[in-house]
Amino acid sequence: MSTILDIDGVNKTFGGLHALRDVHLKIEQGETHAIIGPNGAGKSTLLNCCIGRLIPDSGSVTFDGNNMIGMKAHDINHAGMVRVFQTPEIFPDLDLLQNVMIPALAKREGTFSFNPFKTLAKEKAIHDEAMETLADFELDKFHNKLAGSISRGDKRRLELAMGLIQHPTLLLLDEPTAGMARHDTNRTIDLLKSEKMSNMTKVIIEHDMHVVFSLADRISVLARGHIIATGTPDEIKNDQKVKDAYLGEGDDE
Amino acid sequence: MTNFFKSNLVIMLVFSGVVLTAPIWLAPIGADYPDLLQKFAIFGIFAIGFNILFGLTGYLSFGHATFLGVGSYTAVWAFKLLSMNVIPAILLGTAMAGVFALVIGYLSLRRSGIYFSILTLAFAQMSYSLAYSVLTPITNGETGLQLSQQDPRVIDGLFGVPVEAGLPSTNLFNISMSGLSGFYFCAVILIIAFYVSLKIFRSPFGLKLRAIKSNQTRMKYTGFNTRPYLLSSFVISGMYAGLAGSLMAVTDPLAGAERMQWTASGEVVLMTILGGAGTLLGPLLGATIIKYFENIFSALNSSELHKIFADLPDTLENMVVAIINPFVGDGWHLMLGALFMIIVIFLPGGVMEGLTRFFKWFKHIFSFGKKQPATNSDATSKGEAK
Repeated sequence: MSTILDIDGVNKTFGGLHALRDVHLKIEQGETHAIIGPNGAGKSTLLNCCIGRLIPDSGSVTFDGNNMIGMKAHDINHAGMVRVFQTPEIFPDLDLLQNVMIPALAKREGTFSFNPFKTLAKEKAIHDEAMETLADFELDKFHNKLAGSISRGDKRRLELAMGLIQHPTLLLLDEPTAGMARHDTNRTIDLLKSEKMSNMTKVIIEHDMHVVFSLADRISVLARGHIIATGTPDEIKNDQKVKDAYLGEGDDE
Repeated sequence: MTNFFKSNLVIMLVFSGVVLTAPIWLAPIGADYPDLLQKFAIFGIFAIGFNILFGLTGYLSFGHATFLGVGSYTAVWAFKLLSMNVIPAILLGTAMAGVFALVIGYLSLRRSGIYFSILTLAFAQMSYSLAYSVLTPITNGETGLQLSQQDPRVIDGLFGVPVEAGLPSTNLFNISMSGLSGFYFCAVILIIAFYVSLKIFRSPFGLKLRAIKSNQTRMKYTGFNTRPYLLSSFVISGMYAGLAGSLMAVTDPLAGAERMQWTASGEVVLMTILGGAGTLLGPLLGATIIKYFENIFSALNSSELHKIFADLPDTLENMVVAIINPFVGDGWHLMLGALFMIIVIFLPGGVMEGLTRFFKWFKHIFSFGKKQPATNSDATSKGEAK
């Protein structure tokens, strides 16, 4: 296996708060890697440093051989790293089909293309691909509904569909099941384990241990800006430091 | 069935038919004279273009009158230096407005939301001051840029167009641009402008603009560089404004700085919102409605009002006139303000939303008894929520 994402010695401070301290993490091709940790451990900060929303104070983030730091969001997308957000980021005023067609267009057309005289209705290939993807996520029945009007669980699945249609090299998932009912959570787990997505390299940030242990090949635990452990689910379950971080939180403060 | 009625060809045929027969069907409401019809068409073009920026991307420009003014000045200069034929005038007017839009858009689009609006307003006020005083040699300042007999008109000279006594008038290959022929020229341009807007609305480009309005952050993480999209739409809408401005010069070949004033920028915002921002037809409707009412109400004064209400008893007549008088004549803007408030409060989607609701209600009435009412009420409530 080869390393697809290499986070090397990343530091990030916000004023006096040291959010990330010397974080080293290697994501291997094809694995599903979960990052867990108590609230405020720096999980979202780490993700934001990978996708260019934040610029680390020091250290490097290398993806597929390219330095990611300072790259624009749209260039990172075309490099093959796609993020699914914690609060669903969709196009609420467009219908579901259009929501999925846009990322497909991005994949085909690049960061900018000026084609005001093409007809959208004639984009048969993109349309069919979008419908197929919606069907994979059981959203095709209401493809002409406005995305803003569907349930929260459906919105999150829609965002997954929007990520998947771009066939990313690496999919970053920020709490993909937060706020979902158990039934919806299980559906999402099944989707992520399904044939179409199981071979895709994924990084998942998650609170729900049920989700983490059903999906992850490897787990990294982040606490107070440090990676305190990385290993298989079984190794993590039995790690003393992890137990301390979760159960003994606050003892030494 | 619905697809057929929504195809480009059918829409354009119906639209062209309605526009070209406007002098006939607008006659009963007294709006059939060429000057007013031309105004409808020109402001329609202005609003349709504004809608490509505001309606699709949600970026509210408060400075579009700049491009209107640039179009007018350029067109008048084309009449002075090149030819009284309108073709070079509108081509140059549109192109020059495009250049201005490129510069102003490039700078203003570094910000979004209210900051973008303020930046465009600032640029518009700068352009207005430049035209009004600083650039007097080019714009002839307060007096406005006018034609004169001494103008060179190089192209006309080459083709040996005879120099008449008095000021020459604009023409399209010797067809005079005054009266009904002037309206038909503007109407044809309006139809072309509408067609371009229709194509943009239905292109992947248009979809991406709407996606930017809906969620720009998502658009960036989806892999689109949003700035060039916004700039293209800004330049296109600036060119529409330049086209409208040069058509104004075609109907009346003089250009003044007041065309660039902020009230003119505000007016096109009102037209677009009143008609329905983001809809194809709304801006044109808004422009027509505002220009029609302006024409009627700004012409009224208290003695005319007394004539209208002459049949009422004297005290009642005086009362009614006293109430209405502040809203007409010079006070017409008071009326416009009130109209605008009513629309924004009760029909946030503008006249187009009103029409949609009306047709739903109409369908509801006629399908009563045929279908079960439950699905109908469901559809209406959805429409209202939207």
